[in-house]
Amino acid sequence: MTPGSREAWLRGLSLLGFLVVWQLAAMAVNKPLLPAPTVVLSTLWNDLTEGSLLYHLGITLARVAVSFLIAMALGTALGIVMGRYRDVDAALDSLLVLALNIPALVTIILCYIWFGLTETAAVTAVALNKIPTVVVTVREGARAVNRRLMEVAGVYRVSMWRTFVQVYLPQLYPYLMAAARSGLALIWKIVLVVELLGRSNGVGFQLGTFFQFFDITGILAYTFAFAAVVLVVEATLMRPLERRLTRWRA
Amino acid sequence: MKNPLHVNIRRKIFAGADSVAVEGLALTALPGEFVAIVGPSGAGKSTLLNVIAGLDREMDGDVQMDGRPLHADGLITARIGFVFQEPRLMPWLTVKENLMLVMDKRTDSVERVRHLLREVGLADIEQSFPNQLSGGMQRRVSLVRAFAIRPELLLMDEPFLSLDAPTAARLRKLLLTLWGEFHPTVLFVTHHLREALALADRLLFLSSSPGRVVLEFPVQLPRPRDLEDAGIGELHDRLLAQYPDLLSGLAEEKPSASDIPDFENRQTI
Repeated sequence: MTPGSREAWLRGLSLLGFLVVWQLAAMAVNKPLLPAPTVVLSTLWNDLTEGSLLYHLGITLARVAVSFLIAMALGTALGIVMGRYRDVDAALDSLLVLALNIPALVTIILCYIWFGLTETAAVTAVALNKIPTVVVTVREGARAVNRRLMEVAGVYRVSMWRTFVQVYLPQLYPYLMAAARSGLALIWKIVLVVELLGRSNGVGFQLGTFFQFFDITGILAYTFAFAAVVLVVEATLMRPLERRLTRWRA
Repeated sequence: MKNPLHVNIRRKIFAGADSVAVEGLALTALPGEFVAIVGPSGAGKSTLLNVIAGLDREMDGDVQMDGRPLHADGLITARIGFVFQEPRLMPWLTVKENLMLVMDKRTDSVERVRHLLREVGLADIEQSFPNQLSGGMQRRVSLVRAFAIRPELLLMDEPFLSLDAPTAARLRKLLLTLWGEFHPTVLFVTHHLREALALADRLLFLSSSPGRVVLEFPVQLPRPRDLEDAGIGELHDRLLAQYPDLLSGLAEEKPSASDIPDFENRQTI
């Protein structure tokens, strides 16, 4: 068995084990408070084919994508500047610490109050929550940039743009990947809260509705769909991207 | 390029250091000349190259090439190739991409890169990443990169340090081949006297810190020369016999030509 397929097996096996344990527990408890995975899956299938699950999932995914891109772009730019210029770093560092520690809920509530219950407010709130952690990670990378390689670009008069794309940015890739990974995880979670508090669609809104009716099967079905999307994004976007960016390490 | 390279560093102090790194260091190199700069560690050899390359601009002095300042308004006015002590290739770029990076997209084609790689026997590895190559191969690529820009001036900072003898010999041969093809002015920093004698037209010996030129010595042996040639050995031994402190940094003033009568191949400096 190749290392790759062995890894795939182990990944699948742990998920399967989890489902088996859940199924056994549900059978033992035998109450509506803990529906069995089979029940949840059939609800999921129904919602998927006849219900509005795809619509809400799509809305949530769009919000995640937009706020993720905004947070990564702004956070990276600010992280590079703070890592590069000591004065800027000194001036903004305490603000950064403050931003890192403001609870997500506070940002969300304030955005809704100031900007109204709008899409802009929702996306802004999510992005604002994520930007500080991107800044911290990218700043670390910008501080570790190899001056010797930058000197090569300087002596050989490589243009600013090529220096940035081919000499500077690749040194930040590991940090950008780390920021993207932890960023996605955080943003998924915050987007649901934002939807719960101030939007009338999306997975978060649906979960809120299920909560009011104590519809645990519905909650779990949505969670399932959601988890599946996360795994697909990880497998089809993040991991191939990381492989592509680090293939030179082989 | 028709006019010589003039370097004149009046004074160079590193920020935060009390001692002067380089003071009153002046040298001239003719177009296409191969000059080796020999001196003890700490003499400011690397500093000298960094200043010429424009990597270190905090100094009192000037560098002229082809009749105009080499550094004008933060820009370098000549094509400079720099071979560092380490290969300094971009690990995330293939060999071909590393060369393309420094070449001018408007005037240089992928074909020229291919041609150059074929010429130096690297055609098979153009798609390899530096980490997949041996140390010797990486140095070879780094050397080719310096020539890929058709340099007018080539700066080399102990480029063959810590390589095994056969690999270093192959690289020296490649260097001379490429030098013959492109004719850049070369400043080659080393503390390996035999290597300097085998490669250069002229040797400049630096004193210990603050480094200045204390002895100038032309080598007129015919090329190709090998490190182990009897002629090189003889020159090496005679130089060290006459100036026992040469490699640790001669303290006295620059001797005039008449002070070294026993060198039949000496030239008026």
